Amino acid sequence: MPLPSAGPPWVLDRKDLGLLLASLRSSGYRVIGPRVRDGAILYDEVKEEGELPIGWRDRQEAGTYRLQRSEDLRVFDFHLGPQGWKPYLFPPHHLLWTARKDGGTFRVESGATTDGGPLAFLGVRACELAALRVSERVFEGGVPDPTFRDRRATLLIVAVECSSSAPTCFCPSMRTGPEVTQGFDIVLRELFSPWGHRFLIEAGTDRGRELLQPLPLRAAAEEDLADLEAQRHRVREGIHRALPVEEARGVILANLEHPRWEEVGRRCLACANCTMVCPTCFCSTTEEVPSLSGEETQRYRRWDSCFGLGFTQLHASSVRSSIPSRYRQWMSHKLATWWDQFGSSGCVGCGRCITWCPVGIDLTEEFAALRTKAASTGSRAGGVPA
Amino acid sequence: MSPPRAPPRLAVFKLASCDGCQLTLLDCENELLEVTRHLEIADFREASSAVIEGPYDVALVEGSVTTEEDRRRIQEIRASSSNLVTIGACATAGGIQALRNFADVEEFRRNIYPSPEYIRVLATSTPVRDHVPVDVELRGCPISKHQLLELISALLTHRAPDLPHDSVCVECKRRGNVCVLVARGTPCLGPVTQAGCGAVCPAFDRGCYGCFGPQGTPNAPSMTHRLHELGMSRAEVSRVFRTFNAASPEFRRASEGEEREGESA
Repeated sequence: MPLPSAGPPWVLDRKDLGLLLASLRSSGYRVIGPRVRDGAILYDEVKEEGELPIGWRDRQEAGTYRLQRSEDLRVFDFHLGPQGWKPYLFPPHHLLWTARKDGGTFRVESGATTDGGPLAFLGVRACELAALRVSERVFEGGVPDPTFRDRRATLLIVAVECSSSAPTCFCPSMRTGPEVTQGFDIVLRELFSPWGHRFLIEAGTDRGRELLQPLPLRAAAEEDLADLEAQRHRVREGIHRALPVEEARGVILANLEHPRWEEVGRRCLACANCTMVCPTCFCSTTEEVPSLSGEETQRYRRWDSCFGLGFTQLHASSVRSSIPSRYRQWMSHKLATWWDQFGSSGCVGCGRCITWCPVGIDLTEEFAALRTKAASTGSRAGGVPA
Repeated sequence: MSPPRAPPRLAVFKLASCDGCQLTLLDCENELLEVTRHLEIADFREASSAVIEGPYDVALVEGSVTTEEDRRRIQEIRASSSNLVTIGACATAGGIQALRNFADVEEFRRNIYPSPEYIRVLATSTPVRDHVPVDVELRGCPISKHQLLELISALLTHRAPDLPHDSVCVECKRRGNVCVLVARGTPCLGPVTQAGCGAVCPAFDRGCYGCFGPQGTPNAPSMTHRLHELGMSRAEVSRVFRTFNAASPEFRRASEGEEREGESA
């Protein structure tokens, strides 16, 4: 059988979804995908189709997330959970190296950059693909980070296009979604209509095409494509939050002394949750764990956050001791100076920072407040640099 | 901290406390022998009645100052120790016994004890730092074994210990916990509480009780507002801030503010 071509898309019946999982696993991938745990949908190892959150959905608003049963048995009828794929490529706590005394000198042994074989991410959404591209520029743009590089190099991506949206989503205004258009090995588009429960399936790479080969696929028919078009329309219609990516840099840089920073600083807990759940936040610090004998020391890297007091600690005190200064640092880096540093926005519009902020601070609302009260936008700095 | 001479001589003292924090040293089971190879444990009465007289390179002090005797002893301990490390919520914030700071101790004394004349206590429970300079504080009720070993290791290698002032949320997220406040609406003090425990309560679906006291920049007013939204009354919010770190300045202000507002309402 020839490899399925790049298009038109193929159809995989719902009953055959398990074969895709089996195909990934028999090809040597450890599959990481959505699973229900602790009242949320998290990405964890998936071995069997039954472990996927079939018939579960979530209700999200600023500062609130609730898992609930849905009326039907759709497999991917939920939105982003409390944590993205970041921990699998940039682990929260990770051994970088060990140094041991050896006579008059010492030996350094690197830590493992991966923890086992190649990973397959199952269920990557459009905004998360965008976050992955941002992370690639961060971790591989200059001197590559060996851990990220090695994990990314063997990573297989099975994207899932969103079939509904959460109230916290704002990917269209960030130009990152909701449609999946690039950056996948395989993409699934779940359709659920009188025409049946099935997936439009498409390969984006040769590797993806090989994995589709053992699957019983049929060519998509007119009604499949019509269902997809209607679904895409519904998803876009459902997204009401917005943060226009083209305006973000200019508005932020023109309003660095805006009174809104003080106001949001009174609500902000400086707890760092937004940065921990952000799929592109990449700050880390190192910790040294020497043995008591002094014969050996281990150096770890752990996630850090610009919301912590210690983040800007110099010899005597912190540079950003106030909470408003830290909120401004985070938001202005994410939306504005990220362009200067990495050539893109640091925000992808996933809305995790909105849902998982314990006091429900809404990035899009904060941006709107800066914009509407802006004395002038773009007087000191232009929009997105060319 | 000034670098101690080798092998440093360590002493453990207690004021008003439950002994749980100094027991953490004995809980370092796998590391304990290694610790004793590098430190001379000179005075640790929880573990041994053999006592070596000071001065000491490092004193671990648990407990708060609640009596005239404590007040005198802490001066002596300070005078005989190059490094004074306070361990636990009692020593660093006054402990649960600081609830007396919000009440009339004289009334307790008269009403509770059959022979009140034997009870001689101060009107307040105060942290050690209110009485003598302190070199390092280890927070928690009880302290974390990991942080205690980090402190000892730092002492031995003449470096500053790694004791972040981040919120508990940072540890929760590193651990992969789902936020109990956002996903369940469980009241949780994690956002205003200092890390160090490893986010143990949220890992078991409980809200944080604030055992490690206020984080570096705690926003207690915003936390309070959120706890009200989650359905807690002013009296309830006042109570959650009045546990082991009730007398820490930020938590005290929060509970007193709620009490005042509750009364005027």
